[in-house]
Amino acid sequence: MAQVSLKNLKKSYDGKQDVLASINLEIDDGEFVVLVGPSGCGKSTLLRMLSGLEEITSGDLVIDNVRCNDLAPAKRGIAMVFQSYALYPHMNVYKNMAFGLKIHGAGKEEIDRRIKHAAGILKIDHLLHRLPRELSGGQRQRVAIGRAIVREPKLFLFDEPLSNLDAALRVQTRLEIAKLHRDLKATIVYVTHDQVEAMTLGDKIVVMHDGHIQQAGTPLELYQQPANLFVAGFIGSPKMNLIEGVVADAGASGVSVTLAGGQVLRTEVDGSSLKAGDRVTVGIRSEHLWENSNGSEQFTGTVNLVEHLGEANFLYITLSNGQDVVVRGDGEREVAIGDTVSLSAPAASFHVFNHDGKALRRLKPGNMVAAKRVA
Amino acid sequence: MTKNIGKLSATAFTQLVLALFTLISMFPIVLIIINAFKSRDGIFDNPMALPTSETFSLVGFHKVLDKSPFLHFFENSLIVTVGSLVLILLFAAMAAWALSEYKFKGSRWLAVYLAFGIMVPIRLGTVSILQLAVQFNLVNTLTILVLVYVAQGLPLAIMILSEFMQQIPKELKEAARCDGVGEFKIFFQIILPLIRPAVATVAVFTMVPIWNDLWFPLILAPGEETQTVTLGVQQFIGQYVTDWNAVLASLSLAVAPVLLMYIFASRQLIRGITAGAVK
Repeated sequence: MAQVSLKNLKKSYDGKQDVLASINLEIDDGEFVVLVGPSGCGKSTLLRMLSGLEEITSGDLVIDNVRCNDLAPAKRGIAMVFQSYALYPHMNVYKNMAFGLKIHGAGKEEIDRRIKHAAGILKIDHLLHRLPRELSGGQRQRVAIGRAIVREPKLFLFDEPLSNLDAALRVQTRLEIAKLHRDLKATIVYVTHDQVEAMTLGDKIVVMHDGHIQQAGTPLELYQQPANLFVAGFIGSPKMNLIEGVVADAGASGVSVTLAGGQVLRTEVDGSSLKAGDRVTVGIRSEHLWENSNGSEQFTGTVNLVEHLGEANFLYITLSNGQDVVVRGDGEREVAIGDTVSLSAPAASFHVFNHDGKALRRLKPGNMVAAKRVA
Repeated sequence: MTKNIGKLSATAFTQLVLALFTLISMFPIVLIIINAFKSRDGIFDNPMALPTSETFSLVGFHKVLDKSPFLHFFENSLIVTVGSLVLILLFAAMAAWALSEYKFKGSRWLAVYLAFGIMVPIRLGTVSILQLAVQFNLVNTLTILVLVYVAQGLPLAIMILSEFMQQIPKELKEAARCDGVGEFKIFFQIILPLIRPAVATVAVFTMVPIWNDLWFPLILAPGEETQTVTLGVQQFIGQYVTDWNAVLASLSLAVAPVLLMYIFASRQLIRGITAGAVK
């Protein structure tokens, strides 16, 4: 169990361009932190710097009040689970888990106790004498996690552990990792590019892009109050609809935005930093655009494409002002391509981003879907 | 239907070519072995015939094993071959690991330098090697043979092994480092077991030329005490009289260890050992 803090952590290769620029992050004891971002954003590099497999160019990595920059991986008290599992192919499951312990000179009985314990948690007791090649993907993943558990590390590092599993197994393993975190009360840093994994697993999500932390916060914070356009686009599926506009009137209690067609949209965000004439981007999530007139702001548009998910459908709509949006509609309502639909959204559901892409504070985040049900 | 026939005849043709090739390459060996079990008259009357009850004779083996220090030659050959093999495999694996895993200043040049050894035949340096051997007082010892063969075998072995080592997934080594395993343990307990098939391949390729070599034993260690099998066989071949029984018998015996080694190693060659390491 550990408290980890990253202070001004930097990584650059050959002193050239920074791959990671000044990462600051505090990880509390027992926290499940998810690093998420598109490929190439530096999240895996950051994890490898935590593990000690990648050198830290500058800054401080402190685990439990000990500066760990130059410590070898094993000395940091970490255990890593790799995307490809990385089991030793010539050793059976038991030996795979015992190898690291034996190196550290743990006694035979101690090793046995720890392995039995971990195997019990992961339900792999019956596999202990098999070789990795005789296991399925999911089982290998468990063994890899087991190998981390037996070391009783201060910090668990997961590098995209679910990407090699099929969809059904991924959901199941995701639940198991969440349960494991609860049972072990372990501190975990978890890297993924999948925002669903990030949302479901993380106590804290760290969204990364181009070597910078874009935003760190709880899943709901990120969803309701994305700090900038990148986070707004990255968290949530389908992507948030983004509409360009010009500020007509701005104040601390709301901002009115003129859209392309001349329509003026009222949004409930803190616009005290804006003035009339500023270019802004308005964001609205697909589930906050309703196919009814309960909301205060009204649109009409033509359906281009319908995706049926069963419980919902995604309507790809071109609004009357030429803007394309995605709407999450009622799955049981029949909508045909070419239909004209009228849409509405409550003023409180809009996000507004200034010309730098920074979000303005929403005055009443949350409870939008509930509002729809009531209405 | 015609397609099938075409395919079948193509396969048949391939098999035929292979069979023919096998026949050609097996012929001298078979000839040696069948004639080794025949009397001198049997050999000269009809060299192609199998030994019959009239021509069957073990006189060649008798001469080789009882009346000549052949077993001693055999021992020399074994010491030289096994010694060289062990050193080549150990050093080549270590060098290959260093070259493929660690990036240090000049590692590329070192790799090029080692690769150079494959292109330049070691026999070109025979005179200098002999001079060196004389200076170090190593003429007529088995040590000089081992040293020369190690130098001869290393470059190719390093190249083949580093090729294999590069295929070992990076994550395996990283997992081991996270487990706190030292670099030497990583090499001996994880890397070496994983490249066993490659080591077996290299072992076979390296062993055969050493065992069969006549050149260096003839030049560096021709003394009675240090003769190897290939050199020892020569004593039965005279300028005017050749003891064919003995020559054929000793050649047959000389084939055996190589054959055994191959059978042992080929089981390793077939095995794909990395299955299950990573997805």
